Amino acid sequence: MQMLTEGVFVIFIIFIFAGGYVAVSARYLMNAVLGLALSLLGVAGLYFRLGSPFLALMQTLIYVGAVCVIIAFGIMVGPKSRHHEERRIMGRRNFILAASAVAVGFVLLAGNVIGAGWVPAAAVNRDFSVAFLGQNLLFNFCLAFELISVLLLTAILGALIIANIGREENRS
Amino acid sequence: MMPSDNLSTYLVISILLFFLGIYGMVRHRSFIGMLISSEFILNGASLNFVAFNRFLAPNPAVGQIFALFIMGLAAAESSVIVSIVLMLYHRYRSIDPDKVHDLKH
Repeated sequence: MQMLTEGVFVIFIIFIFAGGYVAVSARYLMNAVLGLALSLLGVAGLYFRLGSPFLALMQTLIYVGAVCVIIAFGIMVGPKSRHHEERRIMGRRNFILAASAVAVGFVLLAGNVIGAGWVPAAAVNRDFSVAFLGQNLLFNFCLAFELISVLLLTAILGALIIANIGREENRS
Repeated sequence: MMPSDNLSTYLVISILLFFLGIYGMVRHRSFIGMLISSEFILNGASLNFVAFNRFLAPNPAVGQIFALFIMGLAAAESSVIVSIVLMLYHRYRSIDPDKVHDLKH
């Protein structure tokens, strides 16, 4: 059973980084979106392993279901098909510079993280149930809950207004 | 201890996701590609929160709520960015960041 869990864990990690590689290096934007979806699905699997199935569900629903679809619509509605392909002007020198900067950052941060001695809190509550999460969301963290709803409303209105400005200018 | 039961594994994965996003941000030559990379950065951050929440935090709801907050933020952000990209495409006929250098009007 333990080996099975580890095997599924490794498969999710492979999902994350295979999708990430495709998303970062794909020549066509639609392939990049599909890579993003695969990678986010892998992250949802890690959330499940970390003991919060609700978060895994939300990750699949919001990221894979909504954000990826919005981005795919943005690609299909906007630029014409010949624009889907990105122009690559990054030379070999810039590529090496970017890759080495990212690698140095990763090595520094990962070295610190692995070397640090993390100490758990004195009294750790192990209640990962959805009921506990919901109680916390509606009692202790009510402000965050309300804030995110107001934020979503504002963002939707703003997106509609901005898209409408573009349409009006196109017509005139 | 198994690797999937270890805090460092998750932290290293989230750092990798973060730097993957930064690398994609530098490499992509279009606004949509940069938006896709920014999702990786946000996901790295929220995986970090959930991992700390699982292994160290006294209240197991806080990290999950923060991750939910990040998800809502990412959804709002991507919808706004896609509409901005559509507007820019109507105006400039391009989604290349290098060609959109005129924001005066």
